[in-house]
Amino acid sequence: MKISVLVRPKQGILDPQGEAVEGALRKLGFEVSEARVGRVIDLEVASGNAEDARTKVDEMCHKLLANPLIESYEIELHDA
Amino acid sequence: MTPRVAVITFPGSQDDRDAVLALTELGAEAVPVWHASEELPTVGAVVLPGGFSYGDYLRAGALARFSPAMEAVARFADEGGLVLGICNGFQILCEAGLLPGALRANISLSFVCRDVALRVERTDTPFTSRCLPGQKLVIPVKHGEGCWYGDEDLVAELEESSQILLRYHEENPNGSVGDVAGLISREGNVVGLMPHPEHAVDPLLGSPDGALILASMLDAVRERATVSV
Repeated sequence: MKISVLVRPKQGILDPQGEAVEGALRKLGFEVSEARVGRVIDLEVASGNAEDARTKVDEMCHKLLANPLIESYEIELHDA
Repeated sequence: MTPRVAVITFPGSQDDRDAVLALTELGAEAVPVWHASEELPTVGAVVLPGGFSYGDYLRAGALARFSPAMEAVARFADEGGLVLGICNGFQILCEAGLLPGALRANISLSFVCRDVALRVERTDTPFTSRCLPGQKLVIPVKHGEGCWYGDEDLVAELEESSQILLRYHEENPNGSVGDVAGLISREGNVVGLMPHPEHAVDPLLGSPDGALILASMLDAVRERATVSV
């Protein structure tokens, strides 16, 4: 099963990377605000069952993929 | 008695050999340990050196914490063993949950590499016993992700339990909350620092102040060995 994990800097946490990106976009003339930079982790998980896959990926996020002190995450399941 | 100290080398460690040199210079027997070792040699302290373990992939320290040697270091720390994490070592200790908080990209997004002034907040620890209360030390930093972060509750808790060991003095090079430059565990045996004491042991290199921290740790190793005999 194909899964994407979206990891973002937690709300309220300063994101200097997002600020730098926002500044650059503004210089290019785009009217943007609140830019945040996170990361995407795409995975192929050996599991036929969506619930089971989600549980496994949730555990992966807790153990490694996200640091709960500073990051939030979202799990997206893609149909094969 | 010669204090023995293990220095762990991860793939991507850079300052392991400098740590070995500095400890040797200060009279210790430094024992290099490869990260794949599941057991530590018999030592009185462990140093996790600076560098970019596992290329800092995912988050600095996030992958190194699962090295076999880190499991041994966690057991050693649980038993009260002295552990000093320097720079990347500090990041690994935070990721491993042996120290609180997290280290993030510097607010400036620039890599900082220069001497900084530090204030010693406690001298009743195995890592600062040779310092004077409130003493100012000059020790270099060199990092891109040294901005320590803890939320308000955590910072209040650390202030309350006096776990902030070193603070940046007058100028904060990375934007860390509370000007935190170094933390000590509640039990007082695990320390993480962003500054590099191993790069400041000889006046020829600018400042010998880092030797105070390393020599304090070696004193503690000697004392503990005497007590246990």
